[in-house]
Amino acid sequence: MNNRRGCRFGATIIGIWLTVLGLLFSGAALAVSKTTTADHSKFKELQKTFASGPEVTKACLACHTEAAKQVHRTKHWTWEFLNPDSSQRLGKKNVINNFCISVASNYAFCTACHVGYGWKDDNFDFKSEANVDCLVCHDTTGKYRKLPGLAGHPAYKEMELPPGSGKIVKPVDLTQVAQKIGKTSRDTCGGCHFFSGGGDGVKHGDLDSSLTVPDHELDVHMDAAGLDFTCGTCHLTSAHDIPGSRYVPTAKDTEGRHLRGKVSKGNPATCVACHSDRPHSLKEARLNDHARKVACQTCHIPTIARGGVATKMIWDWSTSGKMDEKGKPIVKKDEKGHVIYDSKKGDFVLGENVEPEYQWFNGKVRFTLITDKVDKSAGVTPINRFDGSPDDGKSLIWPVKVFRGKQPFDPVNNTLVKPHTAGQDTTAYWTNFGWDKAITVGMASAKAPYSGKYDFIETEMRWPITHMVAPKDKALACIECHRADGRLKNIAGIYMPGRDSHGWLDLLGGGAAFFALLGVIGHGSLRIFSNRKGGK
Amino acid sequence: MAAERIYIFRRFERFWHWAQAATIIFLLLTGFEVHGAYKLFGFGTAVNLHTIAAWTLITLWVFAVFWHLTTGEWKQYVPTLEKVGAMFNYYLTGIFTRAPHPFRQTTLRKHNPLQRLAYLFFWLVISPVIWFSGWFYLFYGQWAELGVAGYLSLEWVSFFHVLGAYMILIFFIAHVYLATTGHTPTSHIKAMITGWEEVED
Repeated sequence: MNNRRGCRFGATIIGIWLTVLGLLFSGAALAVSKTTTADHSKFKELQKTFASGPEVTKACLACHTEAAKQVHRTKHWTWEFLNPDSSQRLGKKNVINNFCISVASNYAFCTACHVGYGWKDDNFDFKSEANVDCLVCHDTTGKYRKLPGLAGHPAYKEMELPPGSGKIVKPVDLTQVAQKIGKTSRDTCGGCHFFSGGGDGVKHGDLDSSLTVPDHELDVHMDAAGLDFTCGTCHLTSAHDIPGSRYVPTAKDTEGRHLRGKVSKGNPATCVACHSDRPHSLKEARLNDHARKVACQTCHIPTIARGGVATKMIWDWSTSGKMDEKGKPIVKKDEKGHVIYDSKKGDFVLGENVEPEYQWFNGKVRFTLITDKVDKSAGVTPINRFDGSPDDGKSLIWPVKVFRGKQPFDPVNNTLVKPHTAGQDTTAYWTNFGWDKAITVGMASAKAPYSGKYDFIETEMRWPITHMVAPKDKALACIECHRADGRLKNIAGIYMPGRDSHGWLDLLGGGAAFFALLGVIGHGSLRIFSNRKGGK
Repeated sequence: MAAERIYIFRRFERFWHWAQAATIIFLLLTGFEVHGAYKLFGFGTAVNLHTIAAWTLITLWVFAVFWHLTTGEWKQYVPTLEKVGAMFNYYLTGIFTRAPHPFRQTTLRKHNPLQRLAYLFFWLVISPVIWFSGWFYLFYGQWAELGVAGYLSLEWVSFFHVLGAYMILIFFIAHVYLATTGHTPTSHIKAMITGWEEVED
């Protein structure tokens, strides 16, 4: 009896569960049909078995004739960017960082995040339209994955990756992915930008997989149950060119709010583009005064890596290469499961809920490139420098993630070096643990001189913080900055009530008040004393 | 020694005095918190309360100035050097030997010569320092629109505001103490509450 009731109860629960699931799925299907005018599964061009990514692209280009040409013009394709201010040739292809250091000689590995197929060395054909990867940005199934080592291709057949690892990768169903093609999403952009630097949340600190389905606390705009912004909502894209570059960021947006019909050359991805530069109500007018000196992000992103994903804060390459007693590489994890040592990479320090550092920033960034001289005795080498000052009228106080590390450099030529890290060959550092060979091959690939000597140098890289905008009641309280040891303790060039004072004025004024008090107490005591005496 | 009672402080004057006292104490309290001396209300709240209190005091002053002008009471602050030396001597020695007070309050002369000088100093020196610096502080966000951005720095505006605050603090300490130096230790205070002062016959 009891048993039967139990069964019926179980069946009811399962029934309800299935109904809910069914409703959810039909809701999702409806949502798709509401927002798009084309059901790609009905397209004859896509009703076939595709053997490779480029084959899918050819099918896409049959209708979207200009798409590949548009992509060709973007940094996502060229990995190259000429900074018009500094004339520095930047882009992923050229810059050095203090994470995985550089893509030179590591293309097949790094181009897992390229919007193309087949970039494994200098011979890559940048003119090829078929080599543009449409799927990586427009996949809606979540099943499309490009793998390190395959030069931007997904797995087309079952394979062991990395070779010898015992990890089997299943091939991607290209037909299914192609038929369900759609708009970009937090998942597609995040596929690269959340996992850059070798893992979830590693690089930015304000971009990690917790933003896939963020709640209100983590990001008011992207809140999946609220405004549900995708990346494209702010990074309003035109002709596949996505605005909001870190090479020439808009530190102070003077364009004002972007309105329909208003011609604007401004960056649509700034806070000001929607909120204006006087975003607070009249009741909070004082906060608007702050907006002249302080970036919105400074108060509204109290900490980074808030979504439960730790971000890397320090990477020390100089300690890499240690082996266990059997001569095998070591991986050490902390109690939360974060890798804190890896023989391939060295020591890491990770952080969650990290307070950013703050500095004046006018949007001008200067990188230390392979052609620039470094000086170990001069202290920490900046991988990039953020320009700014309190007086130039173009700077605001910005939150930044400062990523610190130690990385190889050439102490004779006094340059940073680009080591060959990834790959199965005998010179790759991650396979053979020999810096000299790795640097020789890497520098040759970058066509840069290498003296044959290497050492390690301390470096610092800056990342402007702009995502993970907290709800307004979680914004920084005034006192966080308006006190002597507050967050802006190192910001020079402004007078901040609560932080700053004229020490000698306080000494004189406070002293005078103290003596006045002492005086009246003395005078009063004398009066009481003389009164008593006189009374007797 | 008999005492005579005279009506010195009128109703508005008493209201003005105590409301002003409360506001100034509150301004000192919140102001020094904003300055970073201690934590009481919290910085943001202290700033807001300080601003509200400042506007309250301004309103009060508008009425007080009007009252002084229409009643002619402004004459109470006309300075005189007569008997100033005697007042000093009284506070330095006479007060301890129960010497007679050199000044006799009347309705027409309710402040002694030292008081006149002190209050005049308050109106002519301390007030302008605190008010002008305070207004510039308050309207910091509008300096560009007001066309003063090139001439002012928050650092110096703040300097004068804090300087004014210390002067007021010292004035306040002396003022509260001197309130006890009447015919009896509480007679001045009573007068400020009831309006009636006991004066020595």
